[in-house]
Amino acid sequence: MAKHHITATVNGDPVEFLCEPQETLLDALRDQLHLTGTKEGCSTGDCGACSVTVDDRLVCSCLMLGVEAEGKSIRTIEGMAQGDELHPLQQKFLEHAALQCGICTPGFLVAAKALLDKQPDPSETEVRYWLAGNLCRCTGYDKIVRAVLDAAAELRGA
Amino acid sequence: MQEKVKDGPSSEFQVVGTRPVRPDGADKVTGRAKFGADFSLPGQLVGKVLRSPYPHARIKSIDASAALKLPGVKAVVCRDDFLEQSSEFIPAGEMMINYRDVVRNVMAREKALYEGHAVAAVAATSAVIAKEALRLIKVDYEILPHVIDVVEAMQPDAPLLHEDMFTAGIEPTPKTASNVAKRLEIGHGDIAAGFKQADMVIEREFTTKPVHQGYIEPHACVASVSEDGQADVWVSTQGHWVVRAHCARLLGWDIGKVRVTAAEIGGGFGGKTVVYLEPIALALSKKARRPVKMVMTREEVFKASGPTSGAHVRVKIGAKKDGRIVAAEADLKYQAGAFAGSPVQPGAMCAYAPYDIENVKVVGYDVVTNRPKVAAYRAPGGPISEFAVESVLDEIAAKLGIDPIDMRLKNAAKQGTKAAYGPKFGPIGMVETLEAAKTHAHWRTPLGKHQGRGVASGFWFNIGGETSVSLSLNEDGTLSLTAGTPDIGGLRASLCMMAAEELGVPLDKIRVQIGDTGQLGYNFLTGGSRSTFSSGMATVEAARDVMKEACKRAAKLWELPDDAVEYSNGGVRPAGPNAGKHAPMTLKEIAGIAGKTGGPIVGYARINAAGAAPSLATHIADVEVDPETGKVSVIRYTAIQDAGRAIHPSYVEGQYQGGVAQGIGWALNEEYIYGDDGRLQNPGFLDYRVPVASDLPMIDTVIIEVPNPRHPYGVRGVGETPIVPPMAAIANAVANATGVRFTDLPMSPPRVLKALDEARAKGTAKL
Repeated sequence: MAKHHITATVNGDPVEFLCEPQETLLDALRDQLHLTGTKEGCSTGDCGACSVTVDDRLVCSCLMLGVEAEGKSIRTIEGMAQGDELHPLQQKFLEHAALQCGICTPGFLVAAKALLDKQPDPSETEVRYWLAGNLCRCTGYDKIVRAVLDAAAELRGA
Repeated sequence: MQEKVKDGPSSEFQVVGTRPVRPDGADKVTGRAKFGADFSLPGQLVGKVLRSPYPHARIKSIDASAALKLPGVKAVVCRDDFLEQSSEFIPAGEMMINYRDVVRNVMAREKALYEGHAVAAVAATSAVIAKEALRLIKVDYEILPHVIDVVEAMQPDAPLLHEDMFTAGIEPTPKTASNVAKRLEIGHGDIAAGFKQADMVIEREFTTKPVHQGYIEPHACVASVSEDGQADVWVSTQGHWVVRAHCARLLGWDIGKVRVTAAEIGGGFGGKTVVYLEPIALALSKKARRPVKMVMTREEVFKASGPTSGAHVRVKIGAKKDGRIVAAEADLKYQAGAFAGSPVQPGAMCAYAPYDIENVKVVGYDVVTNRPKVAAYRAPGGPISEFAVESVLDEIAAKLGIDPIDMRLKNAAKQGTKAAYGPKFGPIGMVETLEAAKTHAHWRTPLGKHQGRGVASGFWFNIGGETSVSLSLNEDGTLSLTAGTPDIGGLRASLCMMAAEELGVPLDKIRVQIGDTGQLGYNFLTGGSRSTFSSGMATVEAARDVMKEACKRAAKLWELPDDAVEYSNGGVRPAGPNAGKHAPMTLKEIAGIAGKTGGPIVGYARINAAGAAPSLATHIADVEVDPETGKVSVIRYTAIQDAGRAIHPSYVEGQYQGGVAQGIGWALNEEYIYGDDGRLQNPGFLDYRVPVASDLPMIDTVIIEVPNPRHPYGVRGVGETPIVPPMAAIANAVANATGVRFTDLPMSPPRVLKALDEARAKGTAKL
């Protein structure tokens, strides 16, 4: 099967890659672009470990084909920190010990950023429902929710 | 942050008890950390497994010739590629393993014993080709009748999984084969005499379903075998020395030829203590002479790894009017899956462990069924038996009109109590957790409509075991710490903190790594809540080794006897009569003279960590039950547990909260659902419903510290106990809210609604 040539933007950088027609965006990111920060937990869109944004929309990259990335702007966990500066969400996840094993963390961070970009002052309930598509088996979500609320407050300058 | 850690002994420390950012943190929030599936080698092949579609079938033949002809296919392996193993049970942490069965679980031999059982595997140049090759492998199956349920499997006419299984633990050994691998019994006293003294006896039967560990990262590894037989494996595992031993044994290779590197591990909870893909990847790599990468799908994880046992449990408890328990009995029937080795033994030992009871008898049965072989899952066996016991205790307390915490206090095990499973307890925190529960604001918070409150306690042993750690003093005075127990939830932070505390150096001067199997002596796996305890103990010993050596080097320089120099405040100084004779030297200065005073300074500890101590917990759960749908929501939760000492309190709280969340899933939603065809109907996260953020409240925690006298910092393992109390705490809360006692897990909406409707018809429901 012939591979498709895809041109896209990933974390602000222009990228080109070849991918098979049935290959998911997740596989293209991990296997073609070697961006392994985006994780595969289920490949059925149930766990959120593969969360990325495509043109600022939060998606499970396991549910999207690589070929659909043509011309799109994709953001992954690798693009969240700016130079030496961790994003406030990343910093708060560390301060609150909001990760144990860390496999779900990239997905949570990407999803949480997508939330705060839309809603800078979410309630605890809003955070819990927004992040309901991201599974964490280690933390019980308590420290994750606190970290997101704290990062939101910091970003608002509160 | 949440409850303040109980002040006291911790305040004597500079580092221990604080909450620094973990050393592996930046890598984990930026996507840099390499987990099992993130590692690749040049030229690697993709390995895939062909799995049995039948729950029970004899494998008459396997023909891979067509698959091997497919361009891009480089190797196929099946049962013929793994050595036959003799039957011999050997301890594997909290569980026992038998290599005769391990080799058959890795790759089916005579029979496929569950849907998803590996039958063959291929390595090919792409995943597409590998999948196509699987389709070309012809397996001739003779389909056999299967059995899924534990009680049915114990019937005399049940389909037999193993024609040579004769129940162990019964004298004389039965002459007919059965699915009961073992009968065991523990206890003390005179159970009949005990029940005669009782004013109230309650006997109930319970069932629990198999639940999966549910780690978010599927099993993954890369194996590479060179032409001279030297092999490397990179793998997500809880114990890479254990992986090395299993692989070498199954393939008949020297242990020393195999090097295993532990990747970052995306959750394990006991499920990554055994091998599935690793020996297959090695066998494929040996045949293909190329590296082979294998990653399970989520469906494979559900069908072919883990879970823990489902069970049938009978509990009978007799008590005096004042709440004193005089006799306690239990029968435990645990599913082992396709091969012997359920956690019924620890389940039996835990059942009544939190209590001081004169007459106890627990009988356990280890039963094979046509399901995936169970693996350890957080406090393996304990949550099942303790769910039943804590439920009956609650019912007795309610019927006697005694506060359930007082009932437990009256019977609580203390230092000196002889446990029904044998030993006398040292200092333990059962009473302290109960007293903390009683005084906690949660216990007095008013409940609303359709709400109920439950309390339950829990026990786990914790283990120690073989452990090695090295600590190098670098040329500039910084330190490199190498441990061998994979870090699943903040271990590196805790080890660094203990080393910094001992050495009196800033935390950021120590870099900690998890070494591969070539870098240290043997390390048993991360499990049994042993890593902070055992690797912590070894780290302290290694640090003291560095400190002692630093004193020696200064003594040499100062021309003093070794014992005339002491270590203090991150450096050395002359002591005793020589005090003040030389200016103190910092560790950095000692590092600078290492070369000319004898060479590199390396602290090393190789221990079999003894003195692990149990951790006890008491949990309070509030639930709200929807009378129309039967949905149970946990609205308030407090986990109180004895940590011995919390090295990094945030990660101790995290263990409590994570265990509670898994327990809530076990209580309310999670279950393996099988069709009559013996096939799993919910092998995905959509239908196997683990708790999500919107399902849970904040989980309050209280860390009790009753130091373990056998650990230099008082550490007890904390990881496993938190999953023990939730099922009973929630069932007790549901009973409190509805007037209906649930003895079958999970308490999922359809089941709760049905029971509520029945109770309403009888007029016994409270809502």
